[in-house]
Amino acid sequence: MRNNNNLLANLDWPTVLIFLALTFMGWVSIYSAVFDEEYSSIFDLSQRYGKQMLWIVLAIVLAFIVMLTDAKFFSAFAFPIYFLILIVLVGVLLFGATIAGSKSWFQIGGFALQPSEFAKFGTALALAAYLGRLNADLSQLKTRLVAIGIIVLPALLILAQYDTGSAIVFTVFVLVMYREGMSGAIMIIALIAVVLFIATIYTQQVYVLIGLLVLFGVALLFIKRHIINIMKLIGLLLIAAAFVLSVDYVFHSVLEPHQTSRINVLLGLETDLKGAGYNVNQSKIAIGSGGFFGKGFLNGTQTKYNFVPEQSTDFIFCTVGEEYGFAGSLIVIGLYLTMLIRIITMAERQRSVFSRVYGYGVASILFFHFAINIGMTIGLVPVIGIPLPFFSYGGSSLWAFTIMLFVFLRLDAYRLNTL
Amino acid sequence: MKKNLYATRQNIIIFIFLAIGVLFVGKLFYLQIINTSYKLSSQNNVLRYMTQFPARGKMFDRNGKVLVYNESAYDLMVTPKLVKQMDTLEFCRLLKIDRQAFYARFKKASTHSRHRASIFLEQVSKEDYAYIAEKLYHFPGFYFQARTLRKYPSPIAAHILGDVGEVNQKNIDNDHYYKSGDYIGKSGMERHYEEAVRGKKGLKIVMVDVYNRAKGSFENGRYDTLPVAGKDLVLGLDAALQLYGEELMHGKTGSVVAIDPSSGEIIALVTSPGYDPNLLVGRVRSSNYNKLLEQPEKPLINRAISGTYPPGSTFKLVNALVALHTGAITPSTQFSCQGKSSSPIKCTHSHQSPLPLAPAIENSCNSYFWNTFRCILNNHRHRSLKDAYEEWQTLMFSFGFGKPFNTDIPFELPGNVPTRDYFDKVYQGSWNAMTVRSLAIGQGEILLTPLQMANEVAIIGNKGFYYPPHLIRKIGDGDSIDPSFTTKHYTGIDPQHFEVVKNAMRDVFEGAHGTARYNKIEGIDAGGKTGTVQNPHGEDHSLFIAFAPFDVPKIAISVVVENAGYGSQWAAPIATLMMEKYLTGDVKRKELEEKILNKNFNEEANAEQQ
Ligand SMILES: [Zn+2]
Repeated sequence: MRNNNNLLANLDWPTVLIFLALTFMGWVSIYSAVFDEEYSSIFDLSQRYGKQMLWIVLAIVLAFIVMLTDAKFFSAFAFPIYFLILIVLVGVLLFGATIAGSKSWFQIGGFALQPSEFAKFGTALALAAYLGRLNADLSQLKTRLVAIGIIVLPALLILAQYDTGSAIVFTVFVLVMYREGMSGAIMIIALIAVVLFIATIYTQQVYVLIGLLVLFGVALLFIKRHIINIMKLIGLLLIAAAFVLSVDYVFHSVLEPHQTSRINVLLGLETDLKGAGYNVNQSKIAIGSGGFFGKGFLNGTQTKYNFVPEQSTDFIFCTVGEEYGFAGSLIVIGLYLTMLIRIITMAERQRSVFSRVYGYGVASILFFHFAINIGMTIGLVPVIGIPLPFFSYGGSSLWAFTIMLFVFLRLDAYRLNTL
Repeated sequence: MKKNLYATRQNIIIFIFLAIGVLFVGKLFYLQIINTSYKLSSQNNVLRYMTQFPARGKMFDRNGKVLVYNESAYDLMVTPKLVKQMDTLEFCRLLKIDRQAFYARFKKASTHSRHRASIFLEQVSKEDYAYIAEKLYHFPGFYFQARTLRKYPSPIAAHILGDVGEVNQKNIDNDHYYKSGDYIGKSGMERHYEEAVRGKKGLKIVMVDVYNRAKGSFENGRYDTLPVAGKDLVLGLDAALQLYGEELMHGKTGSVVAIDPSSGEIIALVTSPGYDPNLLVGRVRSSNYNKLLEQPEKPLINRAISGTYPPGSTFKLVNALVALHTGAITPSTQFSCQGKSSSPIKCTHSHQSPLPLAPAIENSCNSYFWNTFRCILNNHRHRSLKDAYEEWQTLMFSFGFGKPFNTDIPFELPGNVPTRDYFDKVYQGSWNAMTVRSLAIGQGEILLTPLQMANEVAIIGNKGFYYPPHLIRKIGDGDSIDPSFTTKHYTGIDPQHFEVVKNAMRDVFEGAHGTARYNKIEGIDAGGKTGTVQNPHGEDHSLFIAFAPFDVPKIAISVVVENAGYGSQWAAPIATLMMEKYLTGDVKRKELEEKILNKNFNEEANAEQQ
């Protein structure tokens, strides 16, 4: 019993409160977004808001179960959990149901579960367990390769389910590896390569090349203008340009049309042609029309008219922007940032490498979802359909994020026992 | 414990997090505070999202004649939440409705949604629209939305063209393109080519002030999308021939199907009784639909594709081909006939005996085809009669019998080719040629649709092949039509056997005993076959199938007139008049035409009942 008292005392209550606040605000926003006069009770289980309430209750039950589990369980069973999830991902490819173009769901009765949501949690555990080993050293190539393998394997399986959004999330583990000692240059180069690749495919190569030239010009202003530096810069520019040209060439000339088309689908480009641009415009109108204080609860006209699609899931932030305005948006963004920084601070106070790496994994995943999702609704990032943590409608993502977060809180509550 | 070398990197990561946060706040500040275009000057102003409905694609016949076009109409929309105190009396006077209707409609709209606009009064005419629109600014919450309605310049081909109606919940669930109140093709071409014909909806965002007046487009139309008009369809149909067919069939129950054998295009598809397609347009659609549904003559049924009949003597041609192909007979095989005392099937025609194949077709001798059928089934090439039957059955399917063509004609029925298993079941395994003898003369379990009969005669005219009968000729500016429509199908019969059967069909017109010798078309070389189908429920059905010109047929036709008696008496005249009209553009046999046009079986039947 002493142990349990300790647990409550050691639990990081600020994080728990932010978690509860975000979940609650998400629920209210979903109510607003899909509000239907015929079923006006927020507890109506036939509606998404009623269901979300059910998912929230279950999420809290899951959080309790996690808190009651022995903290050592998670490090000891990190790899079994990881492999179990890999098997489930293969299973979903073979036996899964296709919803909204992604073959990433298990349909059980009227209820659909998306294993890819849980894959992020499993990967964070496995990566933490691996880097927690004494001989792991990210400045070594071997360690880097194994770590990348742990990350890429589930990502590829998810990509094969045509769930590109969820697969892209795994790139964020580069932050974790950076924190654990991987060279910053690798991170930057990888980042630039990804940005160039996506930019080349999303826009015309001419624009990308012009962009590169502009960057080159800007860089010239900032570096010390030694001949060696300038040569290095020109070298970089040439490599980048060659990369862009070859991506474009491969994409448009080497690949067969059906292969190009498949990549387009994977990148969400082909559905984009059908109206992602439209979604973003509608989303911006909705958010923009919110003004400083917003239109108030249930008064969002743009969103009420169902003109913002996917509003209770990927575009849920629209409702916040429209009904609670700049002030409301600021609060939500503030809560996320506070939670993220809190998790980083907590990760740094861990005594075991496993707990620290895992904490960074959690922060990175939450950050990526936060950045991509809100960035997309306000038109800063291309449309990649991934949910806003704790906020968006959906059981799978809510449960996966809850388990992920509370496992870390459990590890943190236990940290003083690890000596 | 490892050394914690890189702890300072947490700052960089936190910096990245914060940078993104600041970027977001900046962008939100721009969207929500600085950029005023997203906000509206007064809190009462609203953005009105107006769906821009595209014009549905028109439909033309093979000669470019319009079959369907569009006419503007306007739906009066209401958003209940925006409706203010208003002069209801004045409003009702304007719309020519009473107050009860007003409250009923308003309540209906409110139950549908208070926030979303729904239709208050559908399809206001152009004249009323102009008058009402002028005064509408007194009534916030109401506005007009332009729609189009289908119009048919000539009231023909209702079943083929199909109709357009409001989407139901199932349509909305299946395809997110549709919203409540949208129109969708419900039957016929409208339904099959819905995706091509519907076009693409556009969206116009208009700023509206407190007085319900449009203040111009939002952000100079930056977020508007233009509607894309639907694609036009060109049908293989010949409007003039279709009209003529409908006139000839007036007062009769049955159908006419004419196919171009060289392409499978349907030139005319008449079902009678029919209805005026203008009845199923707009506000009156559902009430008229229910009326048509209740009529005892069942005008909504397309008998040409979903009426199934025993083909009667017209089926002898197919049995002859199977017999030749399987070696059961040769063209010179003779069988004798004892006329009315023939057994087991009596022959209703008096003629010479015995006869070889060609004259047997010309005379439509039942005895000959009973013997032929017996020989098919007792073929020594097969181990058993049932194996021989199975070959017969397979060849039947190769003619397109027993299954729908599955082209662009909705609600097509498959007809019936009885299978070996079926007979095994019915007769507990013990059956023989005698048991299933009715099939010899196209009676019994074999059922064909008039479309399949027309295709049968197209196959014979083509000497062995067909293209699946279809309605479409061209979509839009020449989008390719379904390639399966233009795929040549061969029957299982060796093409060399068609010659003799085809020639015998000429004798049906030309021969001294030809069953259609009184229906010859002057100057046109044709082939045909009569059929008189026993009908346990009344008078026999009159059938005729034919093709012309003889060498390279341009038209293959089947005619069924229910409860009308001999094939030569009603079906043959109608078929030949149709062919004459199509091939020469004119009809010289005015007397015959007059007789057919004036014949009204349905009225006579009614008169008898009274
Ligand atoms: Zn005879």
